[in-house]
Amino acid sequence: MIWALILLPFGLGVCALLTKNQSLQKYLLFGGALSHLILTISVWQKPPPAVLWGWLAIDPPGLLFLTITCLLFLLVSIYEFGYFEHLENDTEENMDVLIFPSIHTKSLFIGCQLFFLSAMTLVTLSQHLSLMWVAIEATTLASAPLIFFHSSPRSLEATWKYLLICSVGIALALLGTFFLSIAATKPDGSQTNLVFGNLLSNADHFNSQWLKAAFILMVVGYGTKMGLAPMHTWLPDAHSESPSPISALLSGALLNCAFLGIFRVYEICHKANLGAFANDIMLALGIVSLVVAAIFILGQSDYKRLLAYSSVEHMGLLALGLGFGGIGVFGSMLHALNHSITKASLFLLAGIILINYHSKKASDVQGILTRSKALGLLWLFGFLSISGSPPFGLFLSEITIVKSGFDQGRFIIASLSLGLLVIIFIGMATVFLNMTQPQPVLKSEKIHTPPPLRLKPSMLYPPVLLLLLSLVLGIYLPGWMKDLLVNIARQ
Amino acid sequence: MKVQLLLILVLLTNLKLLGSSRLGSSIRTVAIQGSLLGLLPLFIELDSLNWRVMTLAIGTVFLKGFVFANLLFRAINVANVNREVQPFAGYVSSLLYGIVALIVSFWLGQILNLGQLSYSPLIIPVSFFGIFSGLFLIVSRRRAISQVLGFLVLENGVFTFGAGIIKMTSLLVEIGILLDVFVAILVMGITVFRISQECDHIDTDKLITLKD
Amino acid sequence: MTISILLKTTISILASLILAPILLGIINRVKAGFAGRVGQPLLQPYYDIFKLLKKGLVYSTTTSWIFRWGTLVSLAVIVCALLIVPCGPFPALISFKGDIFLLVYLMGVVRFITVISALDTGSSFEGMGSSREMFFSALAEPALLLALMGLAKVTDSFSLTSIANTLSATNWFNNGASLALLMGTLFIVLLSENARIPIDDPNTHLELTMIHEVMVLDHSGPDFAVINYISALKLWIFSAIIAPVLFPIHTNNIIADFSVWLSGMVLISIAVGIVESSMARLRLTVIPQFLLGATALAITAIVLTWIG
Repeated sequence: MIWALILLPFGLGVCALLTKNQSLQKYLLFGGALSHLILTISVWQKPPPAVLWGWLAIDPPGLLFLTITCLLFLLVSIYEFGYFEHLENDTEENMDVLIFPSIHTKSLFIGCQLFFLSAMTLVTLSQHLSLMWVAIEATTLASAPLIFFHSSPRSLEATWKYLLICSVGIALALLGTFFLSIAATKPDGSQTNLVFGNLLSNADHFNSQWLKAAFILMVVGYGTKMGLAPMHTWLPDAHSESPSPISALLSGALLNCAFLGIFRVYEICHKANLGAFANDIMLALGIVSLVVAAIFILGQSDYKRLLAYSSVEHMGLLALGLGFGGIGVFGSMLHALNHSITKASLFLLAGIILINYHSKKASDVQGILTRSKALGLLWLFGFLSISGSPPFGLFLSEITIVKSGFDQGRFIIASLSLGLLVIIFIGMATVFLNMTQPQPVLKSEKIHTPPPLRLKPSMLYPPVLLLLLSLVLGIYLPGWMKDLLVNIARQ
Repeated sequence: MKVQLLLILVLLTNLKLLGSSRLGSSIRTVAIQGSLLGLLPLFIELDSLNWRVMTLAIGTVFLKGFVFANLLFRAINVANVNREVQPFAGYVSSLLYGIVALIVSFWLGQILNLGQLSYSPLIIPVSFFGIFSGLFLIVSRRRAISQVLGFLVLENGVFTFGAGIIKMTSLLVEIGILLDVFVAILVMGITVFRISQECDHIDTDKLITLKD
Repeated sequence: MTISILLKTTISILASLILAPILLGIINRVKAGFAGRVGQPLLQPYYDIFKLLKKGLVYSTTTSWIFRWGTLVSLAVIVCALLIVPCGPFPALISFKGDIFLLVYLMGVVRFITVISALDTGSSFEGMGSSREMFFSALAEPALLLALMGLAKVTDSFSLTSIANTLSATNWFNNGASLALLMGTLFIVLLSENARIPIDDPNTHLELTMIHEVMVLDHSGPDFAVINYISALKLWIFSAIIAPVLFPIHTNNIIADFSVWLSGMVLISIAVGIVESSMARLRLTVIPQFLLGATALAITAIVLTWIG
């Protein structure tokens, strides 16, 4: 069962690379995503046993991120039906934004997406630290060709930064894994197996110096992949230059997988009585991320970059949740779920806007509400959701995280984070509201009604679904989901 | 004894990379370094050779010594560059940094004493020197190929550390790490190729359009 | 001072004084062999020196007493340097703790006198050569000092004679890598100080590329003979530092030891000849990197002795 989860997307990816029939490729993607979802649902019903000497198994955090990943993937694959139709029919000359790719690039695109799904599944399922490292590096490599799909100098620059910075970070994380292995050496000289269950149960005997060094290296390494400042420098470029469905996947699923890596080491540190040390580091990184996000969101002119910096902000909140501890861990996990759903829907909506307005600058996009009521309303709701307004889900998780901060006595940091969230809200509100509402027009000026927007249903339904889901999660958290999250936080 | 000789040669290749400006000879030096490190596990377990160690060593030498060099040579032939442009830190400064990094690495080796856990007291100094040189090469060089070489040196440094610790990892993990590095270089090579096609240069200091 | 020690030190000094120009002859023969020629006779440097001694002296009108006294003073200084350099198993006349530093500074004095003699002529060519020479020596000096300190660390003694006596095959066994790196550094310093390729071409007569040759353009007759003799002695001194590291063999037979040591010197000269024939001269802007690389090798060697 576990093998099927990993190998099915991989196999379909190889098929996609080999076939030239374009509609077959799109159905391959959809079919792969659908079957992956079905497999995941069956995992929920009946957890499969561990394989490969316990290196691959399902545990609560893995299950949560696996579910998020496959849900996002399915909706993105539906979105891509409409996305490719636009690319084929579009004859506009805006080459900088949408360059029509060759057929080979298209099969590479679909194939790499399936490899990407396979690699992310491997991350969530692996219980062995080194195997998890291999999987996270594999996600970097599978997603890099996806970013330069449009083959413009800008996207190539974004890909280069992404590749180099993330690979350096992950190499440092490998060094951290080696340090952890040294810290885990038993006094008689034999090695501890690097499987999580093993590590967690033996954690009190670990050498604290080596464990501290290992934690720092792994947080820096995986934090680069997750987008924590000050290692976030690749994130705005990569997320803004890649095609919108890919941005949705990157923001929604990939950052979570890196977060999973950090969460595992965080658990080990707590079991090894280094909890205070680990919390301090997570708090520091979280606050720095919030500050950086706030600075760059104010006055941001590119709306996809704005969404990318918002991802940095929410990753900072996840780190803060871990740093506060207690109920903050529950809040972080809930926040990861909510953020993935909301950010993915926003990026998909941004893709629709990009196709219709042909510009990434927010100043070029005016009056969405007048041209298409549906899109305008969705964009507005998306903004409300991502900035944490009730009744959407992010409000609940942000409240939980900040409350845990006050509970743990970290008044300054919690208040500071609240203030930064306000600043970010203001920054985002300026851009979003200017985009949604039409420019005021003098009575004397001639009113020319702009043409209505082209909206394909296949592109519209996924964001709608995701936003609805976010709304639902804000009002009612299903029992089975709540149990899972509490399970994670309790460990 | 042989392990020590191997590690010293790896150290010397790192020094050469810091001071060299010719891309062709740099690629060859990184290939030599990769091959030496591929032979390291072989020399460590010289008395308990088995198929696993042999195949892994041969595979690493083949991959790091030949395949990578081939890929990178093709990339520089396509991009038509064979010399590094004056880097951000001059070559004299690079060598001075190398000397300081060398002393710091040996000092760290004295502090983080692994004792029985490592095969040779030179493991920590050489691996840390590799990591420092790799990071410096990535930061201070302008051509994208030099950055790829810096990344390879960084990975080699981390690999030295891993290989030198007793009974580190199992076969599956080592193959996984090797495959990862291979695919990383492949993807980087393809990206450099595309960059040289689209932008007519591979100077990363000219890739500055994306900023706030 | 017993008779035997007095005898040994006299032999050491005499051997150095007499045998020094042969190394130059060996280098020239090796270069000729590589070029496919038969080349000059081995004793040609001696013939040159005697020929020049018989010639007359010409002094430029712009020179002063510095120029006239310079050559003789530097000959005196380098013979002083010779007094502390051992000649294989024959110990040096003067040896005390720390004489490795004295050697470096005596070499520095010789270089200084050569440079001021060159500047004294007032010609721009000599000025250019002098500035280049001082620049490269400034970079080579830390390499030389560090290499000598590395040797001192390996053998735990600070005197050239005792370094030569203490070095044995066990040192190669224990600190083989360090000794190899130190030999590399010392060889590069030898090439630099004696104006050999790849630092400087002793055969070139293009003014833009000369470094050492240009400084002695104005010397004539016996002065030039003395200059040639000084360069032979410099080569001898630097080879004499490397030879004990190359063949650290101590048997009880003093003749056998001496012949092994001499063969080491010859081997070093042949190596210089090979390097000269197979490489081209480095660009002037690359030479600082080259010498800094030699310094890095010396530091690596020293650092390795901490661990090894």
